[in-house]
Amino acid sequence: MRLELGIIKIEDVQFGEETTVRDGTLSVNKKELIALVRQDERLSEVDVELARPGEEVRIVPVKDVIEPRVKVSGSGELFPGIIGKMGTVGSGRTNVLRGSGLVTVGRIIGYQEGLIDMSGPGAEYSPFSQTNNVALILHPVDGLAPHAHEEAVRLAGLRAAVHLGKACKDVAPDELEVYELSPVTDTTLPRVAYVQTLLSEGLLHDTYLYGVDAKKILPSLIHPNEVMDGAIVSGNCVSACDKHTTYHHLNNPVIKELYRRHGKDLIFIGVVISNLNVTLADKERSSDYASKLVKFIGAEGAIITEEGFGNPDTDMMMLCKKVEEYGIKTVLITDEYAGRDGGSQSLADAVPQADAVISVGNANEVIALPPMKRIIGDLKPAEVIAGGFVGCLTTDGGLSIEIQAIMGSTCQLGFGKLAARGY
Amino acid sequence: MAKKKYRVVHYLNQFYAGIGGEEKANIPPMIKEGAVGPGRPLQQALGEEVEIVATVVCGDSYFAENIEAAAESVVEPVSPYKPDVFVAGPAFNAGRYGIACGAACSAISKKLGIPVVTAMYKENPALELYRKEVYIIPTAGSVRGMAETIPKMATFVRKLGLRQKIGLPEEEGYFPRGIRVNQFVGRTGAERAVDMLLSKLRGEPFQTEYPMPTFERIPPSPVVKELHSATIALVTTGGIVPLGNPDRIEAASASKFAEYNIAGVYDLTPDAYQTCHGGYDPVYANNDPDRILPLDAMRALEKDGTIGKLYDRYYVTVGNATSVDNAQRFGKVIAEKLKAADVEGVILTST
Repeated sequence: MRLELGIIKIEDVQFGEETTVRDGTLSVNKKELIALVRQDERLSEVDVELARPGEEVRIVPVKDVIEPRVKVSGSGELFPGIIGKMGTVGSGRTNVLRGSGLVTVGRIIGYQEGLIDMSGPGAEYSPFSQTNNVALILHPVDGLAPHAHEEAVRLAGLRAAVHLGKACKDVAPDELEVYELSPVTDTTLPRVAYVQTLLSEGLLHDTYLYGVDAKKILPSLIHPNEVMDGAIVSGNCVSACDKHTTYHHLNNPVIKELYRRHGKDLIFIGVVISNLNVTLADKERSSDYASKLVKFIGAEGAIITEEGFGNPDTDMMMLCKKVEEYGIKTVLITDEYAGRDGGSQSLADAVPQADAVISVGNANEVIALPPMKRIIGDLKPAEVIAGGFVGCLTTDGGLSIEIQAIMGSTCQLGFGKLAARGY
Repeated sequence: MAKKKYRVVHYLNQFYAGIGGEEKANIPPMIKEGAVGPGRPLQQALGEEVEIVATVVCGDSYFAENIEAAAESVVEPVSPYKPDVFVAGPAFNAGRYGIACGAACSAISKKLGIPVVTAMYKENPALELYRKEVYIIPTAGSVRGMAETIPKMATFVRKLGLRQKIGLPEEEGYFPRGIRVNQFVGRTGAERAVDMLLSKLRGEPFQTEYPMPTFERIPPSPVVKELHSATIALVTTGGIVPLGNPDRIEAASASKFAEYNIAGVYDLTPDAYQTCHGGYDPVYANNDPDRILPLDAMRALEKDGTIGKLYDRYYVTVGNATSVDNAQRFGKVIAEKLKAADVEGVILTST
């Protein structure tokens, strides 16, 4: 399976007569985009705003971010089983508007959407301060249930991202990234698998694999290229800091890093997708099954990533224990909830086998964010967003908030450079 | 212009201050000008920029018999010296002295807002009590370690005096305080993970970024034998509160719990109750709050005599990203209240 990503660098975004990509600028026909999204009758009002890196703009409340792309050749369509026809993705050519993001904005339940600051101290914590963002502000019709609202927003985001991506179908890429698990001649290198767990607790904590609700899957083997070509879609509203947006799935940093070192330091043998469930039986079944697959494909080492926190800590620890019990070495990536003073125990569960852990930061740490000139969306929900608290909004329009509320600040795929250290 | 001198006050017990042994262990805090006992070599190691302006001395027994009051009584005589740094010990493996050093440092740091440091042996019981709030430098188990400890303390005191940034415990040589601090590092989490895995696979040394905590295991209470006459209470981390969330419990990272009266309430209805929990889709909980806080079921058990009585109050917080420290604190207070009200059993519901 060979996937070519045709990278088209986007350095600016503007409204224009047509939706095109020219000389690094993404032009967006606003009317056309709104009309496309309004096809879903569950959405009553739709608006589009733009935000560029460095601008004094705060986007809140954000649900998902999607990287605009288009499939140029190869089987399958983007986001198969959701908005694309079924078909295996991960081969052929996909063009990518790198440096842009489609951001879905609007209050669903208020608690678990996040914020993006395009400049100031908050910007450093979110990768989406570095993308030229097309923000879709979406309002539901009256009385729409939250799960239907979530679905409408999810589909709107995916459709809009694909719509923007189509503008670059015939554009010559600035560079080509090629992903192929070529045979490795040095068979003494260690065989490494990646176990990616997807949040699947239900009640708006869902993720989709080829359109299948991840809580209904048994752990599966998947080629890394499929993950990078739209097989996984985020549908969840868990805390902003450590939910994996669809953008994160498309750009999974563990997969990229294992590819980079494939054939040099290790042999990347595949990805096992598992889920994160709410009942003990489900946790046992999934960790049994996933660890068995890791053993079955002959791994000597495995990287395990978590999504969310608390309850999923248990799934991750079970997985770690069972994989280690097969004699396979593990490294976990997690964030921490050590309290605002950093003095509390950070995880809800622990096993002695978890002796190699990457910490991507304490989500409870509080940050002061200055007021911004422009708000895309609505600042009011900040007090009830996970990470916010009563009085977190200052009178000048700034806020003091846990980094938990910032999109992607403690991404447990290891996307960022934040770490928590013991002092 | 003369260079600014940084001012230090040093804490010693009666023994190291040369006042006497056990027979003098009851003396209350007293001040001596300048450096005394181990303070003299410490002053030498500190150099000219930093001066030990006074030494506060207190008897070990005096301190141990009323730790909090003794710690307070150390603050007052120290304050007029306007120190930049407060240093205590080293206490080595002396338990009472270690606690005095820790408690004095803690009180000074809180009241005077200046940096503090002490030194002791890893098995000194004071280490676990004070390591979170006080920098503690490791020493040998006995006074034989004095010569190697003094320069380490001096280096640390100088850093604190000059208000230099204190780095990681392994770089600076203090016992980790268990405080997690965020910082941006040079490499992404994914890059660090692959590096760590390769080291682990090759059998090379590596350092985990989060050592696993040891969990406090709570043994279950014995069963309630006479259920039919027992008072049973409801406690939830599922966020069920009166409509409008009057105490404004946070949707995540709760900083408080609340107590509500349910005497005469037989059913939790959407017009009077809701959830304020931010970790799940609230629709089903808001439609029928009994789904999280099973008041209706408890009333039925009360009516048919399965339980004696449902306690008139319930306790609620939000268990969503709430730190274990906060949860332990809430649990302790709630348990005390329930015990005082002769509640014999609790149904704890989570989400």
